[in-house]
Parts: sequence; structure tokens; C-alpha cells
Amino acid sequence: MKITSLPIHFLAVISFLLLGSLVNAQEHSVAEANDEGPVNTQQEITDYTNHHLKDSHDFHLFSYQGSDGERHSVGFSLPVILWASNGPVAFMSSEFHHDIDGEVVVEKGGSRFVNLHDKIYELEEGAEEIVMGEDHHPVNAHKPFDLSITKSVFGILLVGLLLLFWFGSLGKQYKKKSIPTGFGRALEPLVIYVRDEIARPNIGEHKYRKYMSFLLTVFFFIWVSNLLGMTPFGFNITGQIAVTVCLALFTFFIVQFSGNKDYWKHIFWMPDVPVIMKIILIPIEVLGMLTKPFSLLIRLFANITAGHVVVMGLIALMITLKAQFGAVGSTGLSLVLTLFISVIEILVAFLQAFIFTMLSALFIGMAVAEHDHDHEHDEEGHEVDDVEDVRESFV
Amino acid sequence: MYNLIGAGLIVIGGGIGLGQIGGKAMEGIARQPEAAGKIQTAMIIIGALLEGLAFGALILGK
Amino acid sequence: MDQLLNDFSPGLFVMQAVILIILILLMKKFAWKPILSSLDEREQGIQGALEAAEKARLEMKNLQADNEKALQEARAERDAMLKEAREIRTKMIAEAEGDAKAQADKIITQAQEAIAAEKRAAVAELKGQVAELSLEIAEKVVKQELSDKEKQQQYVDKMLQDATLN
Repeated sequence: MKITSLPIHFLAVISFLLLGSLVNAQEHSVAEANDEGPVNTQQEITDYTNHHLKDSHDFHLFSYQGSDGERHSVGFSLPVILWASNGPVAFMSSEFHHDIDGEVVVEKGGSRFVNLHDKIYELEEGAEEIVMGEDHHPVNAHKPFDLSITKSVFGILLVGLLLLFWFGSLGKQYKKKSIPTGFGRALEPLVIYVRDEIARPNIGEHKYRKYMSFLLTVFFFIWVSNLLGMTPFGFNITGQIAVTVCLALFTFFIVQFSGNKDYWKHIFWMPDVPVIMKIILIPIEVLGMLTKPFSLLIRLFANITAGHVVVMGLIALMITLKAQFGAVGSTGLSLVLTLFISVIEILVAFLQAFIFTMLSALFIGMAVAEHDHDHEHDEEGHEVDDVEDVRESFV
Repeated sequence: MYNLIGAGLIVIGGGIGLGQIGGKAMEGIARQPEAAGKIQTAMIIIGALLEGLAFGALILGK
Repeated sequence: MDQLLNDFSPGLFVMQAVILIILILLMKKFAWKPILSSLDEREQGIQGALEAAEKARLEMKNLQADNEKALQEARAERDAMLKEAREIRTKMIAEAEGDAKAQADKIITQAQEAIAAEKRAAVAELKGQVAELSLEIAEKVVKQELSDKEKQQQYVDKMLQDATLN
């Protein structure tokens, strides 16, 4: 067989890719960026994982060693759009030639740019190449405002289009018939789930309607993004801190703007407590107002990042344990463990979308709830609560 | 160094807390199986809040 | 934390914010609104159908009760009518009997009166005939006496024998 004559590295890459398409691999060799061959050492694996976790300016699927002995990478470059000191600049990321070490300098619009660890830096006036300082930050370059279509932006657009296509066609189906067919039949219960399990119980029967668009969009956006991160295309959308910050800020602003009198009163002048306690409670409540979205963004980011790190570490087992178990043994071990953790990650993908939406709904519900401190006002709504109270006093 | 010890402590604390939540939820479900759905939802929410706290502290401390 | 701040990309944040706002608006217009409104419609339809079924069931029950009531009423009416008819019959029979008796009595009385009148007339006629007959006999006897005494006697006897008053 010809395969036996191929270098063992290539076999590793092949099994890597096969496994990836079967299970989860976000891997696409980082080393090919430097044309150094497949990932082999511990350091390379760490670099590779870190590279994957970050955003990227080009879209690599995989690379292979051609018959001419050179490495070819499969993928496509993405547009780089910058607001540099001399105005807007746009060019394709292929001009960096897959360089992420800041070696290739691209000159556009009167400015020089380098790609350092997937961040684009604009060199200061007159600088020919990037100079690193003591703290591993470049001293003669700064980051311009980067509106590039990076891999994550590409992924966000993809998710948006997918959602629009799926739910748009589901919405269109209702015009003709009252019961959806095909894929819509799977989507409809999810919409009902979000409405009946997340929005209604947390926000309240009368007010949930207004927030449904946000909650549904965010729920499906996070879920599909998480699932897209499980595919071998190497997306890591919800693992980008900027994305989760944005999502959490949306929740934060919606909560603040829909907060009613009671909500603000509970923050700045807590009723039914002594005045001195009120003064102590103000900073605590204000801090609580801010920590809620902060915990939202950190939770989503950390869960997805941790999931990707674990999956990639387990996939890397087939390289790190090759010496001990042999190619077949390490690959098998890696396959079993990755399969196991991937099943958990699929659950986490849903769970994080659910938690984010659930907590958003909970915070919104807290902001719009009408508190009844004394139960004489029971006639004005809150019948359910009263029933609960009565039941509790009996039990 | 101290940061790492702190992170470890946070993870231990979070683990204990999650264990408590899970254990109590199990007890609750065993006692009242018909309330399993409600208990699970509440458990997940509290677990998520705790998780957010632990992650936040971990990342801030790192 | 420094690592995170360094990783935070303002560009990606802006892109995500813009795309998310556009996505929410587009999804609201093309997906969530039609989906949620038709879900509501369907649920209301189901609710309405259930209520209508409940209403129909109640109506059916009412109808059955009405039927039962009407049946009972009809039965009571029939019973009343029968009773009335029986009473009328009894009454009629009693009346007829009374009438008949009175009529019969009247007829009998009339008959008795007629018989009495006839009898009186017959006695009166008989008296006349007897008187006439007696006169005739007396005449014949007188005639006979004038011819033969013995024969006269015989004749008288014979005549008397013939004229026995019955």
C-alpha cells in the first residue's frame, strides 16, 4: 500500500481530520502558518490551542503536505478592514501570507500593518519592523480600530443567516397552514419552550411579550454559535470575550431601561429597612446591578473556552501519548475520550444558551415585577402569588 | 503563585457548593418526584449563578 | 484579567452589536412575530374549541333535562286526561241511569193511568150493555110470559145462564 510509505506525521494529520469531522475537532494546524509541518510537540499543541481560542483573520480548514514536499493550506482569506490613523484601510488577509508573528509588513494607505498573534498592529511612523518590549507588548505599534470580517464575524454572520433562513421559513409556513412541516416541526417546540419555560414564568404573563424577540434571538444565537463551535470548521464565536460582553450588555441595558419605579427604589432606597442600612445597601445594590451582566458574560465565555480547551487537549492526546501507547492506542484513547466529552459539550452548548436566556429573563422579570409589600393590595394582580401564599400557609 | 492558590480555593469552594446544590436537589426530588421539573430548573439556575461567581473570581484572580 | 482585556477586540464588539441589533429586528419582523402570533392564534383556537365543546356538552345536558321534563309533563297530562275522562264517563252513566229511570217511571205511570181509564171506560160500557141486555131479556121475558108460563121460566133460566157475568 502506498499509505505505508507516507510519513507518519501525515497519518496523524489524516486521523486528526477524520476524527475531527467525526467528533468535534476545531483543530486546524497552526503550524502550517509557519510552514513548519504538523503539530507535534507540547509547545506547538499549546500554541495551536491558544491560536484556536482567539479570533483569526483568515479561515483555515486544514493543511497537507503535497507531493512536492511543501505544505498547502486549504481555506480562504477574509477581508481586513481597519480604521487606521490615516483613515480607513481595507485589504485581504492573504497579504500577510498566513504570518501571525509580525514579520510580514503590509503597507496600505500610508500606514504599515503587521499581524501579531492574530491582532493587527499599526506600526508607528517610520518604524520598519515591530519591536517587542519587556512585557511582550510591542513598543512601536498600536492597535487600530479593527472592523475586519474575522473568522468570528464570519461565524456570526453565518449564524444570523442560518437563523433567518430557518425561522423565516418557519414564519412563512404559518401563512399557508397552521401546523408547520419538515424542519419547522422541530423548531416550533423550541420556540414554545423558550416562551413557556423561560419568558413566561420569569417575566410574567402580561409583560413577557415585549421581550420575546430579544430572548428568542439571543437563545438561538448562542445555541447555534455553541454548536457551530463543535463542528470542525474551528469557529469559537461565544468563546470571544467581545461577543459575550456585547450579549451581556444588551441584557444589562434592556434590564435598566425596562426597570420600573419599584426596581429603582429597591436599588437606591430599599423600603422597610432602617435609614442607615439603606445607605449601606446602595453601593451593594449598585454593584449587584453590574455583577449580574458580568457573571453572565464570564459564565458563557469561560464555559465555552473551557469546553474547547478540554476537547482540544483530548484530541491532542493522540500526539502526546503516541510514545507510550503507539499511534493506534493513543488515537483510540483520544477518540473515546473526545467522543465522551463532546456529548457533554453538546449538552453544555444547550445549557449555556438556556442559562443565559433564563437569567436574562430573570433579571428582566426582577426589573419589571410589581412588588406588593403589604398584601392588602392583592386585588391588583398577582393572583398566582396569593394562591401560592395561601397554599404555603396551609402546608 | 498566590493567585493560583486562590483560584484553587475558589474551585474547591465552587465544587462544594455545586455538590450541595446537586445533593439537596436530589433529596428534594426523591421526596417529591412530582416537583422534579421545578427543582431541576431552580437547581440549574442556582448552579449557574454559583458557576458565574466561581468563574468570575477565577478569571479576575488569574 | 490582563490577558482578557488584551483579547477584547473593540471591532468584534461593534460588529457583534450591529449584527445582533439587525438580527433581532429582522428576526422580529420575519420570524418571531408571525410565529408567535400564529402560535397564539392556534392556542386560542384550541381554547375556543374546548370551550365550545364544553358548552355543547352542557347544552346537550340541558336539552336532555328538558326532554325528560317534557316527557314527564306529557305523562302527567295524559294521566289527568284519563282521570277526567273516567270521571265524565261515570257521571254520564249516572245521569243516563237517572234519566232512564225517570222516563220509565213516567211511562209506567202513564200506562197505569191509561189502564185505569180503560178499565173505567170498560166498566161503564159494560154497565150500559148489562142494562141494555137486561132490558132486552126483560122484554123477551115479558113477551114469553105472555105465551107460556113454563116456557117463560125455562127461558129466563137459560138467559140467565148465558148472561153470566164473567
